[in-house]
Amino acid sequence: MSQMYAIFKRELASFFATPLAYVFIVVFLLATGAFTFYLGQWYEAGEASLRGFFGFHPWLYLFLIPAISMRMWAEERKSGTMELLLTLPAPFWASVTGKYLAAWVFAVIALSLTFPIWITVNYLGDPDNGVIVASYIGSALLAAGYLAIGSCMSALTTNQVIAFVLAVVVCFLFTLSGLPLVLDFFSSWLPQAALNTIASFSFVTHFDAIMDGVIDLRDVIYFASLIVVWLVATGVVLDLKRAG
Amino acid sequence: MAAPTQEPMIEITGLSKRFGPFVAVDDVTFTVPRGQVLGFLGPNGAGKSTSMKMITGFLAMTAGRVRVCGHDVATDAMAAQRHMGYLPEGAPAYGEMTPLDFLRFIAEVRGLRGADAARAIGLAVARTTLAPVLDQQIETLSKGFKRRVGLAQAILHDPPVLIMDEPTDGLDPNQKHQVRGLIQDMARDKAIIISTHILEEVEAVCDRALIIDRGRIVADGTPAELMARSRWQGALTLSLDLTNTAAAEAEAALRALAGVAAVERAAPPDARFTVFASPRTGAQTPPLAERVAVLAREKGWPLKALYVEKGRLDEVFRMLTHSDSPDADMPGREGIGA
Repeated sequence: MSQMYAIFKRELASFFATPLAYVFIVVFLLATGAFTFYLGQWYEAGEASLRGFFGFHPWLYLFLIPAISMRMWAEERKSGTMELLLTLPAPFWASVTGKYLAAWVFAVIALSLTFPIWITVNYLGDPDNGVIVASYIGSALLAAGYLAIGSCMSALTTNQVIAFVLAVVVCFLFTLSGLPLVLDFFSSWLPQAALNTIASFSFVTHFDAIMDGVIDLRDVIYFASLIVVWLVATGVVLDLKRAG
Repeated sequence: MAAPTQEPMIEITGLSKRFGPFVAVDDVTFTVPRGQVLGFLGPNGAGKSTSMKMITGFLAMTAGRVRVCGHDVATDAMAAQRHMGYLPEGAPAYGEMTPLDFLRFIAEVRGLRGADAARAIGLAVARTTLAPVLDQQIETLSKGFKRRVGLAQAILHDPPVLIMDEPTDGLDPNQKHQVRGLIQDMARDKAIIISTHILEEVEAVCDRALIIDRGRIVADGTPAELMARSRWQGALTLSLDLTNTAAAEAEAALRALAGVAAVERAAPPDARFTVFASPRTGAQTPPLAERVAVLAREKGWPLKALYVEKGRLDEVFRMLTHSDSPDADMPGREGIGA
């Protein structure tokens, strides 16, 4: 556990050692603002809620989260530090989860810096803060899901750009599967149960449920199991690369 | 260098690695006792790095067994890794960190805390003379300093076993000398494996050299033993002040001498000859040098210089290895999985 904490700390610090962290946070905050105020027409809606703000998160994360995760293992393998890391007396899972958690905490830091909009909505009206807290938790879980996929894609290659593209594609499939765009295509010829299964794989379906203000155990289990599966896949991929 | 004790710190039995049909390491067996510095020699792609990656538990082995201080690397990698310091090929380090932060990170993962960590870092920094660059980003450092950061990391926890892949690669002669001194200092109570293709390094620091070619051990012995295999071992070079015709006569006289295998002459008009002893008369008395000296006196040759040659490790190396073989640069011979 202490090794995992050391790896986590080092990884988190490495984000802030390069301009990447600051560029990311600035882009993230600008993008959330632009989406919320222009596309989401937050003022025009005249509603004291942050639905318009959170509603864009799956789409924002689709491109921004792979930018965080792309270097996670690709860089480590390319520079040879993976050999150093994995020959230190630390359990393998400590490296996989330590690095993953660091990326997630970084994403949560970026997310938490959107707090002014929460203050604003409280100043302007009387929103349901319970729903907003639930939505923040949901957004953090959503980021965790995207990151787990990104971690595995980063383990597949030594090229960060390829890792980024792969992560976007896979995350896109997981985002899209709950949208009418996909579901309508299947709805004419698939039974409802099958449709529900496809929809249930979607980040959006589960995130929407949480945005309603209810953190259902099923949604939490969905995200938790998705994260575990992709992290195990990360471990398997790294182990295969190691075995030659 | 202290005499090795009997206790083997590194035991390697039947170590093999195959990448698909390609055999990178083929049934390698050896042990390294405490107090020994083993030089791992071989052309690029011979399987040196692959072997080291397996010994340190980074790469899974296809067959065989590696035990470090009694811990099996395949079944209890972490226990073995606790007893090992490893400098991977190219001395990788996190470029965005400073050496101090990097060493603190390594100390923390290795379970060193507080005062212990500070002491270990202080000692490693002093031994590798890293002090002037402790607060600079590693990626901005010169190659020599980067290599020393890797060395500091490997020796940080004062491990009984040290595995170093080309520890002096990229260092200038002064730094090389310093690192070799460091290795010799540490050799007393450790078992050390270094890989290198710098042959002078083997003579300078190793008690034992292992030449590996195409994944197999082709020679194993002290540097002196290996050099004794060279035809230059005990050969004699004499330089005479003679005219061309007289030189030709001298060459014939040298050839006629008993126990002489060959005589080579430097490009005429230079009357410089190297006389090679035939192997079976190597232990014969009187030695070749004496007989040649007697011959020179009898013939009244005006002698400018006469000296005994030393065995040449590079010649032995070339004799035993095949770096020009067609499969020498097959992809993935070295560095697979890195």
